[in-house]
Amino acid sequence: MNKNFLLKMSFDIEGNNFNAAGAASSEIKRKLKQIGLNSDVVRRAAVSAYEAEMNIVIHAYKGVLTVTVSPGEINILAEDEGPGIADIELAMKEGYSTASDDVREMGFGAGMGLPNMKKCSDKFEIKTELGVGTKVSMTIYY
Amino acid sequence: MKLNEVVQRLNLEVKTCKENLDREVTGGYSSDLLSWVMAHANEGNIWVTVQSHQNIIAVAVLLNLSAIIIAEGVEVEDSVLQKAEEEGIPVLTSSAPVYQICGEMYQMGIKEGEV
Repeated sequence: MNKNFLLKMSFDIEGNNFNAAGAASSEIKRKLKQIGLNSDVVRRAAVSAYEAEMNIVIHAYKGVLTVTVSPGEINILAEDEGPGIADIELAMKEGYSTASDDVREMGFGAGMGLPNMKKCSDKFEIKTELGVGTKVSMTIYY
Repeated sequence: MKLNEVVQRLNLEVKTCKENLDREVTGGYSSDLLSWVMAHANEGNIWVTVQSHQNIIAVAVLLNLSAIIIAEGVEVEDSVLQKAEEEGIPVLTSSAPVYQICGEMYQMGIKEGEV
């Protein structure tokens, strides 16, 4: 990653805390808007960050969301300590979700999180280890 | 069309941000699946839903929606309204079903999507 970053921010995300959920991505959106990035780029970054944040809240014990803005690109990194993903190919399919019924009742777990993240980013990488956690890296060029 | 006009024609109850009702409405969207809304709703849209928990405010802020209509007489907790007030998101409520609200908005000329 480019060392000459313009902005870097990190947020601790707590698993299962639905009240605080969305706070980190809202703050990320505010900051990206402040530094004057265009609205389509801000929107894609905000959606990516939101879905990553929600995935940690829904599925993991805890995690960290880090956003780095460098000249020409935004990187969003979501690293969690959690159960990991058993079948990434399946998890990437729209509509597939392992979320609980309780969580689905709140309107989460539509199976659109990872597909949304991939759609909104120019580069999408996911690494996971069962019983350890998952790491998602998304890059958006501007 | 301004948000104000929608509020009056649909007889919506304004729960938060009365001062933000002169905003232009760019279209409408309805779903109760938050990721679906994140993927398909556009800036300035009115979102019609029966979800009423705190996270709907985050979705509206992130997408810069013009308002949320919580339909079917669903009650909204004070903590959610407080959050909406802080974030500047008008929360509108109605006892009418989602289908009817969407139908009426469509007839008023509020179409889906595009900014």
